Amino acid sequence: MAYQFDFIPVLQNTDLLLRGALFTLELTAIGTLLGVSLGIVGAIVRAWKIQPFSAIFGVYVELIRNTPFLVQLFFIFFGLPSLGLQISEWQAAVLAMVINLGAYSTEIIRAGVQAIPRGQIEASAALAMTRFETFRHVVLVPALGKVWPALSSQIIIVMLGSAVCSQIATEELSFAANFIQSRNFRSFETYIITTLIYLCMALLVRQLLAWIGRRYIARSR
Amino acid sequence: MDFTLWDIVRNLLTGLQWTLALSLVAFIGGGVIGLLVMTLRISEKPVPRRLARCYIELFQGTPLLMQLFLVFFGVALMGIDISPWFAAALALTLFTSAYLAEIWRGCVESISNGQWEASASLALTPFEQLRYVILPQALRIAVAPTVGFSVQVVKGTAVTSIIGFTELTKTGGMLANATFQPFMVYGFVALGYFLLCYPLSLSARYLERRLHASA
Repeated sequence: MAYQFDFIPVLQNTDLLLRGALFTLELTAIGTLLGVSLGIVGAIVRAWKIQPFSAIFGVYVELIRNTPFLVQLFFIFFGLPSLGLQISEWQAAVLAMVINLGAYSTEIIRAGVQAIPRGQIEASAALAMTRFETFRHVVLVPALGKVWPALSSQIIIVMLGSAVCSQIATEELSFAANFIQSRNFRSFETYIITTLIYLCMALLVRQLLAWIGRRYIARSR
Repeated sequence: MDFTLWDIVRNLLTGLQWTLALSLVAFIGGGVIGLLVMTLRISEKPVPRRLARCYIELFQGTPLLMQLFLVFFGVALMGIDISPWFAAALALTLFTSAYLAEIWRGCVESISNGQWEASASLALTPFEQLRYVILPQALRIAVAPTVGFSVQVVKGTAVTSIIGFTELTKTGGMLANATFQPFMVYGFVALGYFLLCYPLSLSARYLERRLHASA
């Protein structure tokens, strides 16, 4: 018995899929902004060994990098309320993404910060740059420039990983797919289309990050 | 029904065994297929090279959850009754193979071209060149990143709980529902993964340092 593929019932729900995809992109955008910011703080603290924060960030990075995102998400969404902290589905999803990306980007950006030659920081002091100017132009931007490709890949991994947020009913793309296939019973077709949308999003975000890198980060190197 | 602490830990340990079994199957299967994909990826001919690139791109550019669903529902469409265990093993094997192929390609390409040319001048076939000259050298470089990637495989198995495979995360979910103590149960679950992954992370770092020291 040959299976008859039927994509029409899926395509009728294109609006649901697109709304889900948009929400995934929004989650990724917020998660990236906050997560990379956390990573910058962590990288500086780790690279310059500012105690006690360096030790705290060290433990945090190891804990997060050695446990699955799904478990972190469940811990936040189901575990935190039992401590009296109520958060909604999308807040839990964003929080998990920020904490996850924060740990990875701490390690990635730290490598970039440690690659800045000491002499350049001393040179900028000799040029009477303020500490903030030195930090921004001599440390942060060149460090980000060095590790931008690795950071971009990690951001895409986090975006694709956010598919599991459907398990706590965050209404992103894979949630939309689950909803559609539970109504039209065309699971395979639904997930094919959804997977293709994810693939397009990954390619799109990679181009966007490459453009941001060229326009704002690598240019000033 | 009341659960003692030991009941929770005991059940989680059973789940942990399945996580470990699935990780091993996926890693070994992924290694075999990954080697094949890598061979195609470095081929001189454009068609196999492009096919391998699409394969890698497809698995690296889509969520593992979607790959799982496609395998789970896709194999069922062919009229084969598929268990969550088989779907999980198959999907994770394919996922692992794509990443390992790309990691190993980097290692093989870091071996200088002269090695290929020298072994070709000794009348070795391309396969023999790869097997006897390139791979033994590439293997040395490949160990650290391969061990490092195994952490991703172990963590990837958590997603298989969603298609109903009863490994550590799924066991944790059921226990959290039964005991109403999600904070503690998911804490233990996280600890279980940490105990599996942290030694792997440490050895990857150690191997990497040792390689740089001797190189």
